[in-house]
Amino acid sequence: MEFLEKMISLRFEIAAFLLFGIGFMHLLVEKNLIKKIIAFNVMDSSVFLFLASQGYIHGRTAPIITDGITDASLYINPVPAGLVLTGIVVSVSISAFFLALTQRFYHRYHTVNFDEIMILAKEKDVD
Amino acid sequence: MNKQHWKAFAAWVNGTAPERATAPLQELPAKRQKKHPPKTDEARRVRVFSRIYHMTSLVVCLSVVCVLLYTLFHLPLFGAEDNPAVNEVVERYVTQGLTETGAVNVVTGMILDYRAFDTFGESSVLFLAVSCVMMLLLKDQNNTSFADILQLQHERETEREISDPILQKVVSVVVPCILLFGIYVVLNGHLSPGGGFSGGAIMGAGLILYSAAYGMDAVSRFFTHKTFRTLTATALLCYALSKAYSFFTGANDLPSCIPLGIPGAILSSGLILVLNICVGLIVACTMYGFYVLFTKGEF
Repeated sequence: MEFLEKMISLRFEIAAFLLFGIGFMHLLVEKNLIKKIIAFNVMDSSVFLFLASQGYIHGRTAPIITDGITDASLYINPVPAGLVLTGIVVSVSISAFFLALTQRFYHRYHTVNFDEIMILAKEKDVD
Repeated sequence: MNKQHWKAFAAWVNGTAPERATAPLQELPAKRQKKHPPKTDEARRVRVFSRIYHMTSLVVCLSVVCVLLYTLFHLPLFGAEDNPAVNEVVERYVTQGLTETGAVNVVTGMILDYRAFDTFGESSVLFLAVSCVMMLLLKDQNNTSFADILQLQHERETEREISDPILQKVVSVVVPCILLFGIYVVLNGHLSPGGGFSGGAIMGAGLILYSAAYGMDAVSRFFTHKTFRTLTATALLCYALSKAYSFFTGANDLPSCIPLGIPGAILSSGLILVLNICVGLIVACTMYGFYVLFTKGEF
């Protein structure tokens, strides 16, 4: 019973870990480069969910100081919010870079399937 | 598998096939079948390899998830006050943040004052990303063929022809509000939720909407490649200089000549307002730059 209660309380963390697994699996298995990028973004989002869930504290408000009360026991943890911000920026940048590379691949090989790109690249090297 | 498909495949690989970029989507199923070649040694090896690859990735993935789920037993409860992440750093940020940075929003005070160097890195990452995308996708004399130019012209003409009056009317009402809201979020970054990153993203989205409704030419009247370069570089330089000043004074124990102002007023919290504007400009330019580069490849 205690175990079950703990698991219910940790539902966001469980969801984050499962999302991470789903994203990781698809990143490895999918052949379509666009789907790989989407899977990568799912992994990113799971990390953000985990960080945000670690920053929350019951019964406290967002860390915006109201009425000049600077009591640390009134506000939630501001550090994960900053970390998530950093993560989002990096994730956006990396996604854009991946997508640009994919577009170049498509212009050269007329496909986004990773296996076909490998085959075509090998044959072009032979020529 | 019949020979026709193989001939078509070989012609496509050799580049003698008819233009594929314009091929309709119905060709896709035929292409799928081509992936099962006759049973040669090579094909068998590829099949074995892909099966092993799939099994290995499944095992790796499951073990990662299992390790992660195992850590659940050692995690603090959700929303617990004794979470080890809530340590003296957090207490310091909340209790001293208002007097030290002057920002009512503790998160903004944290990312643009205590951890401003980190945020400078973030802005540089965005700049770097848009530079890389530009290197890969920007069309100039060296990497543009005659066919590309013709296609671009054709796209421009169709864009002009299919301009949608309903969309344009709605956009002409909505876009000023979006841009105004973005500016509000940027300028109030130290007082309310938001800041340079979110406000910049809102402004970028407004620009994208405008260019989707009126075409790229309408935006390039006031936002060209030159504007983009100037704005981004100036904002980054401004950020670097203002932060260098505050590092210099802080490290040498000198008094900063920038007043912190009254907490809660719009002109308060020293450099944070300037830094927010810089970050907002960078993010807005980057968002719109990504859109333009991915759709057209030119400003």
